[in-house]
This record gives sequence, C-alpha cells and structure tokens, in this order.
Amino acid sequence: MPRNPWIDLLSSMRFAVSLLSVIAIASVAGTVVKQGEPYANYLNQFGPFWFRAFEAIGLYAVYNAPWFIAVLAFLVASVSLCLWRNAPVMLREMTNFRERLGEQSLRNLGHRATLRTTLAQEAASARVAAYLRAQGYKLRAGVDEGTAVIAAKAGSANRLGYLFAHAAIIAICFGGLLDSNLPLQARLWRGDKTPVDPNMLLSEVPGSGRLAADNLSFRGNMFLPEGQSSATAVLNVKDRVLVQELPFTVSLKKFHIEHYSTGQPRLFASDVIVTDRDTGRSFETTIEVNRPLIHRGIATYQASFDDGGTQLRLTGHHLLAPRSVPLDFSGRIGESFALTYGGAEYRLELTGFRPFNIENVADAAPEASGSRTWLDRLRGQLGSSAGSKDKRELRNVGPSYSYKLRDGAGQAREYNNYMLPVEVDGRWMLATGMRERGSDPFRYLRIPMDEGGGIDGFLTLRRALLDEGARARAAKAFAAGAASGPSVSATMREQLAVSAERTLETFARGGYRAMAEFLERSVPEAEREQAASVLLRVLQGATWETWQTARVAAGQTRLAPDTSRARFVDDALNAVSDSFHYGVPVYLALREYDEVKASVFQVSRSPGRNIVYLGCALLIIGVFAMIYIRERRIWVRVKPDGEVLVGAACNRKTMDFDREFERHRAGLAAALDH
Amino acid sequence: MELAQKQAAGFEPRRRWLDWAYICMLALGAVYAWQRYSGFMDVYEVGVLFLAVPVFGTLGWHWRGLRNLVVAAGLVALWAISLYHQDLARADQVFLLKYLVSSQSAILWMCALFFMATASYWAGFFARSDFACAAGRGLAWAAVVMGFTGLLVRWYESYLIGPDIGHIPVSNLYEVFVLFSLITALLYLYYESRYAQSLGGFVLLAISAAIGFLLWYTFDRGAHEIQPLVPALQSWWMKIHVPANFIGYGAFALSAMVGVAYLSAGSPTFAARLPGREELEDLMYRSIAVGFAFFTVATILGALWAAEAWGSYWQWDPKETWALIVWLNYAAWLHMRLVKGLRGPMLAWWAIIGLLVTAFAFLGVNMFLSGLHSYGQL
Ligand code: HEM
Repeated sequence: MPRNPWIDLLSSMRFAVSLLSVIAIASVAGTVVKQGEPYANYLNQFGPFWFRAFEAIGLYAVYNAPWFIAVLAFLVASVSLCLWRNAPVMLREMTNFRERLGEQSLRNLGHRATLRTTLAQEAASARVAAYLRAQGYKLRAGVDEGTAVIAAKAGSANRLGYLFAHAAIIAICFGGLLDSNLPLQARLWRGDKTPVDPNMLLSEVPGSGRLAADNLSFRGNMFLPEGQSSATAVLNVKDRVLVQELPFTVSLKKFHIEHYSTGQPRLFASDVIVTDRDTGRSFETTIEVNRPLIHRGIATYQASFDDGGTQLRLTGHHLLAPRSVPLDFSGRIGESFALTYGGAEYRLELTGFRPFNIENVADAAPEASGSRTWLDRLRGQLGSSAGSKDKRELRNVGPSYSYKLRDGAGQAREYNNYMLPVEVDGRWMLATGMRERGSDPFRYLRIPMDEGGGIDGFLTLRRALLDEGARARAAKAFAAGAASGPSVSATMREQLAVSAERTLETFARGGYRAMAEFLERSVPEAEREQAASVLLRVLQGATWETWQTARVAAGQTRLAPDTSRARFVDDALNAVSDSFHYGVPVYLALREYDEVKASVFQVSRSPGRNIVYLGCALLIIGVFAMIYIRERRIWVRVKPDGEVLVGAACNRKTMDFDREFERHRAGLAAALDH
Repeated sequence: MELAQKQAAGFEPRRRWLDWAYICMLALGAVYAWQRYSGFMDVYEVGVLFLAVPVFGTLGWHWRGLRNLVVAAGLVALWAISLYHQDLARADQVFLLKYLVSSQSAILWMCALFFMATASYWAGFFARSDFACAAGRGLAWAAVVMGFTGLLVRWYESYLIGPDIGHIPVSNLYEVFVLFSLITALLYLYYESRYAQSLGGFVLLAISAAIGFLLWYTFDRGAHEIQPLVPALQSWWMKIHVPANFIGYGAFALSAMVGVAYLSAGSPTFAARLPGREELEDLMYRSIAVGFAFFTVATILGALWAAEAWGSYWQWDPKETWALIVWLNYAAWLHMRLVKGLRGPMLAWWAIIGLLVTAFAFLGVNMFLSGLHSYGQL
C-alpha cells in the first residue's frame, strides 16, 4: 500500500490521542458552563465582552458546535483508517500459525526451555501435540530439515476484539451524529426552515416554521394540560423554536402524582389517549417515568409536569380601608388581571398552585450536637438506618398558590398563600408569605382564626383599629373599665382615655415599630422599659375594647375575656403590625379551586439509536475479548537427537503468562517422560 | 489423557466436600426464596435469583475466599434478620442488634475494622512481620463481612419501613460508598491471594479515605437514613448500572494505589519491602483493564437507562460527560501501554491522576455541577 503522509498522520495514535484530548477539554467546558440557558442569563453571568467571545466559540451549546462535531468526525475518520490498516494484519495473524519460526528466532523468545526425551521423534511429537490440544491449543505440525515442528496457538479471538471495539467506536459516533441535531442544522443552513418566536400562537406558525411528520430525527417537548390534545412538539433552536408535526395526536386524560408516606413523590404518570392521524384509530395508555410510549417509531417520555391552568376562586380583603366590601373573582394560573387598591393600580399575575404541601410540623427541638459527647453521638448512630422518623412529624397542610403583584413602576412582589389554617402552639393561623426578590425566602404574615374558624374576627378588629371614631369610643370604654372605683377621679379617667387613644392611634399608623419610635422620642432611656410594658398593657386592653365595641356595632355580643381570647388579641396585634411590611394593602384568600395539571413530555425519533446499541454490544464484546482473551503461541521443535526446544509468546506480557509457561514446561516434560 | 488429568489435578484446586456443600446451599437458598416469595417477584427477579446460583457458585469455586464471604455474610445477615421479629424498633432495643448487626452498627463496625486493618498492614509492612500482615488480612476480611452484612440488613430494614419503600441498597451516595470500600477491598484481597503480597497498606489507605468521607457524611449530614426511591430511580437499570460502575471505580482505586506503591519504590526502605516493579506494573495494568471493562459496561447500561428515563441515551449531562472523560482517559492509558509500549513512572502517575479524575466524576460533579442526575446530591 503506497503511503500518504496525511493518511499516516490521520491514522496515527498521536493524532487520535490529540483529538481525544480536545474532546475531553471541550466536554469539561460544557459541564462547567450550563448548556442551553436563555441568552440573557449568560449576558448577566459573563458581561458583554466575554458573552460575545463565548458565543462566538459556541460555548452555550458546545456539543452541537460545528467545530466539536468536526472533531468527532475526524475521530471517526482516524479510527476508520486505523481499522482499515490494521484489520488485514489482524485477520492474517488470526489464521497464521507462524510455523516457519526458525530455531534462532525461537531461541530469542522471552519464554523458552530446552527439554530432553528418550522417546522416538514421532512418538515425542505426538505426545506434545496431544498435550497442547488438551490445553486448548490449535496446532500445525510440520518438518523442517529433519526437525519435527509444532506451532500452536490459542486465544486468537483477542484480535477480533480489536476489530469489534474499534468498529464499535465508529458505529456509536455515526449513530450518535444521526440522532444529534446535525440533520436539523443542515436544514437550517439550507435555509428552507426558519425558527419562530416561542410566544407565537400555534395556528399562526407558517410552513417555514414547521417540520413535517416524516422528519427522520428530532427531539422536542410537548406541554399538555389535562383535557387537551396536541399533535405537535416544540424544538428549541437557540432562543427560538420550530414546530414538529407528529403522525398522531396525544390527549391527556389525567396526570397523577403519588407519594410515599414520607411525602416524597413515588410516581409520575399520565393517562393518555393516542389517536393515529392517518388511520384515525386510537388507544389508551399510561406513560410513566421509566416507561415511555413508543408509537410509530416515536418515543414519548414523561419528562416533567406543571400546572395546566388551575382555576382559582379568590376573595380580596382590603387590609387598610376601614369599611370595604370583599371582592370575589376568579382566574386561572398563568393569567393576569388589573386590580385597583387604595387608589394604586396593580397587575396580578397568578403564577402557581400546589394542591398540597407536606411539611414537618414537629416541634423543632434541636439537640445542640456540641453539647453531646462523641459517645452519645455514636450511640445515636447505632441501630437501624430507618432515620429520624421520631424527630419528624409530617403533615399535609393543604393547598397553596402563588402570585405576583406588580405595581405601577413595574416592581413585583411575590406572594405565597395557604388556603387552610395551620395549628401553631394550639392556635390556628392562616399563613401568607411575601418576598421582594426570587432569591429570598418568604416572610410570613400569620392571621389568627376567630372562634368561628374564619378571618372575619381579625378583619373586624383590624378595621375598627383603623377607624378614628371606633378608637375613641373604645379608649373611653377601656378607661372606664380599667380605672373604676371611688378613688379614681374623672380627670384620671380622662387622661387614661386620652393616652389609650393615642396608643391605639400610634399602633394603627405603624404597628409596634411606630410605638417604639414614639417611645424613643418621648421617654428618657432609663424609663423606657417600664414605659413600654405599661404601654403594651394599655394597647392590649384598649384593643380588647376596640374589638368588643366593633362586635357590638356589628350586632354581635360582647365576649367574656379569657386566656385564649387574650392570645387572639396578641396574635391579631402581631399580624396587624406585620401587615405594614406586607407591601400591598390586600390579602387574597383562596376560596375554591379546580385543579388542572399538565404533563411535559419529551418526544423524539432517533434513527441512530439501534446503530448505537449495536455499537455498544460490539464494544462490550470487543473490550472483554481484548482483556480476557490473550493470544498465546507455543512452538515446539523436536530434534532427532531427543532435544526438544520449546518457545512461547503472548501478545499481553503479564505474569499470568509466565506462570502458564512454567506449567506447560512441566507438563511437556512430563508428557515426554516415559 | 491420563497425563492431562494429572496435570489438571495439579492445577485446579481439588474440590472438597465443602465446595459441593456450598453449591447445594446456594441452590437450596434460591429454591426456598423462590417458594416463599415468588408471588412478589417478576420474571426478571426470578431470573436474577436463579442466575445468582451459578454466578456466585462459580466465583466461589474459583476463589474460596469469596465462598467463605458469601456464607459468612449470608448467615450473619439471616441471623440479624431473625432478631428483628419484623419490628424495626427492635434495632434499638435488642443488645446484639443495637451494638453489632443492625445495618448501621454493622457498617460502623466495618469502618472501624478497616481502620484497624490499615494500621496492621502498615505495621506488618515496616516491621516485616508476617503476623501483622496476616492480622491485617483477617481484619480486612472481617470488615468486608460486616460491610456486606450491613448492606443486606439495610435492604431488609428498608422493607420494614414500608413495603413500598423497600429497595436494594445501591440507591444513594452513602450506600455506594460502602459498596465502593467493599469492592476495592475484595479486589485487593483477590490479588493478594493470588499474586503480590504487602500492598495492603497502600490499598487500604484509599479505603480509609473513603471511610473517612463516609463517617463525615453519616455524622454530619445524617446521610445514612434510608430514603424512598424517587421515580427516576425506580428502574431495573439502576440495580445493575450502579454495581457495575463501582467494580470499575474499585479497580481504578486499586490501580492508583499500586501506582503509589510503584512510585514509593524509589525509596530503598520501600523498595526492599515491595514486590518488583514489573510485578507492580503488571498489577496496575490488570486492574485498569478490569476497571475499564466494567466501566464500559456500566456506562453503556447508564445510556440504556437514560434512554428510558429521560428519552435520550446521551444528552451530555455533566455526569455522563465526566463518565466519558474517565473512559477516554483510561482508553488512552491502555493504548499507551499496549500500542506504544509505554512503561515506567509515567504510567503510575497517570493511574493516580486517573483516580482523581474518577473521583471528580463520582463526587465533584455532584458537588459543583448541576444536572439531571437525581443521585447523591451532597
Ligand atoms: C476513540 C478512539 C479510540 C478508542 C475509544 C479506542 C479504544 C480501544 C480500546 C478500548 C482498546 C483495548 C485496550 C485493551 O486491550 O484493554 C484499544 C486497543 C487498541 N487500539 Fe484503540 N481506540 C481508539 C482509537 C484508536 C486508533 C486511532 C488506533 C490506531 C492507531 C487504535 C489502535 C489500537 C490498537 C493497535 C490497540 C491494541 C490492540 C491489541 O494490542 O490487541 N485505536 N483501543
């Protein structure tokens, strides 16, 4: 074969190793930089200069970058050439016994021995042959100038291993390229398809943004709410999309999630109806994680799930207006509305819904691990691995939903509201969380439940506190009750009423913080603590009266004071005080919901898959053959004078072969003995 | 013919009645399990149950150490299980369970025994004491028995927590770290029984490091708690992909520690106590070859699993990508030795670096990179 230096280079080990290094380095880069994120994220992360530089080398989709694919293609070429060159040699070696190995060459082998026999030459070589056959060797016998020559070999399949393993690399890369997005890239280069904006309505996507159902290879997503059908998948192309038509329609009947008793998810499954678009025939099936549907060469996998537009019925309670009517309305997750509260315009975006929340409600009694000796800690570890079941008390605290309220300036706050109250230290509270940035944890406002189990009690109290007239009446009643008896003068009572009213007014303006500021301004530091406790008692008492007067005004009866009601007043005061940091003057309570879930499927057709699997099978056979089958050769020359030369070689120099040779030397010596 | 037989007898260890008893025990155990539990098994599980007999039978015939291990770990685990009376709480009440053979106690015993084995091996190495080396070997075997007992009992405990929670203990980072220590130790004990002596200290150093991590992971993170399987892990592939991977990792760890021994043979103190360099190189090659073969299988199984769970056999998820890097690295190592005939310290260094790359693929990816793998978040 005439040698071409380029081909030499291409098929050389050094070139292959260089390519492998490039692939390894590029792969590392691809694992460090998250792939396929929205471009804005990269711009944020790297800044404008590096963003552009990295974009130019395709760092955001390394594994699809043209140069990466080119390196893979070179690797395939290199391995193919190597195979092309070596295969004939390997095949020849497999069948060749090298019976013409001369005496001198035999004496140069690493493993050699000289034996003697008293048997006749013929009988001796027959014994040698029998011995080697029994050891699993194949052999050729001949005569070389009066010397009987036996050439034996075993483990030739080792060479097949080479062929298989390297052919496997080619098959795997080839199949993989078929299933990569290379075919799609090729179509985009040809220019007959143009990706469209991801927000475009499906019905408006033009033909140039659609791929026909007979497209050979694709991988896309399908978002499918319960009760709806789809016959298309969406393929992402950078930050735009293409629509892939499917030869069948998938309708989602129901999406299930099941849970373990510990709250972790156990099963994600979708009940679907699949209707063939050509024949019109349909069937029902269930798609689960690890159990995809394979129909007409297209595999549909349960990739994830989402909310499919749950219908929420909400009530908006105004927290600041003294008299206001609750506003009922309904909307779906994913929708947004305009709301006006306290003269300000808001945009309400309903963002998410969870039908249940499993939470650890056990009293957190953290054992300070530092205070325990290591022996205690060790003892704590012994036993079963069932874990800290005893430390945990999991409970479903019911549905929750989340939304954003965006003010006129575009500033959004995110809220997370529970539908049902939870029990905290024997009191029932309704939690609503707020955060200003997505990275912060939610801060919760806890609204105490009244004796009827609703929030009306709290709202009545809250509104009365906002009402100047109600405060004045309550302050008077408080003063009358607290400062009664003959020794109390009318002026004292008057003074107490005034200070109670001022306290209520301060609190209604800004909660505990306003009261603290008031104290700082008007009381010398030394007396502040005492003043604060007096003020707090006044506040509690006056608030109690505020509540009772408001009840009477609303046609309800006065309540007799007791500890649980006193705690209600405390909790209500805390909630009112926290509501000043709530950001908006409205609390949106969830009354009812109709849950609609959605499945996210991955839909793909991968024609290269079977080629890849074949390659994998070849690779396993090849690697095991190369490692576990050693090609061993033994030559025996029986001379007429009774001298027997034995030589051996193995294409893997290992100590096992040293031992094997020792064994054969002994075995042959025994065989040649009488 | 007669000669060939004589030869065979000299080479193959003679079968004694114990070997036959072992096979009978395996077969009877399988039949008993099948009779009792076949109602809960699918056809694969029945297949695996009966395949286990010839597999463990052959391995045990080939290597008596493994035979003894199977019997010992099996009996201790069965005894432990019988102490439970199907009540998990007894793990904290029965003295022998609490302090010896409940899963967590057995695993902690394994940790302690591995540390002691490491110390014994090193003492034996420096003092050239056969007794200390034999003690090291005995302790290492004891550790392996306790470790496998711990895993088997853990398997049982997971079913006591809840029948739907029960699963084979190869499902998270904690469990596979135990497995890794056991497999590395077994590979070494096999080599020790056949070839090189006096490498125990080196290899057990790697195991001790893994145990150190395991203890931190247990005490600091409470990682030993049995968790139910998330849907993506409820797959047959997991049960074979993970153990295959860990045979690979164990073999790579062994080769790296032999590489350390090879390099330390530069000092005369060490050289005088170590096997010859050629023997070390040979051992290094063999364990990389074994590791490579199993790692190839494991990676392919991973691809098959990914195809089923995520819809694509390969999507350059960081864990997959790092597996490829590890694979390419050892493929290059093998080429340099087999094709280019490279020998010497360069290969030893490369084997050590190979283990660092492997460790990154195994741990670093979980710690520093995010991806689809729901396995072993740190
Ligand atoms: C992606 C690239 C390649 C991969 C993954 C690969 C894989 C392998 C594997 C797994 C082995 C077996 C090692 C063992 O026995 O354990 C091997 C051996 C070998 N490879 Fe490659 N190989 C590649 C490229 C090449 C190239 C380009 C050449 C040509 C120079 C080559 C020539 C050989 C040879 C000659 C052997 C040894 C065969 C023997 O001694 O039996 N390989 N290869």
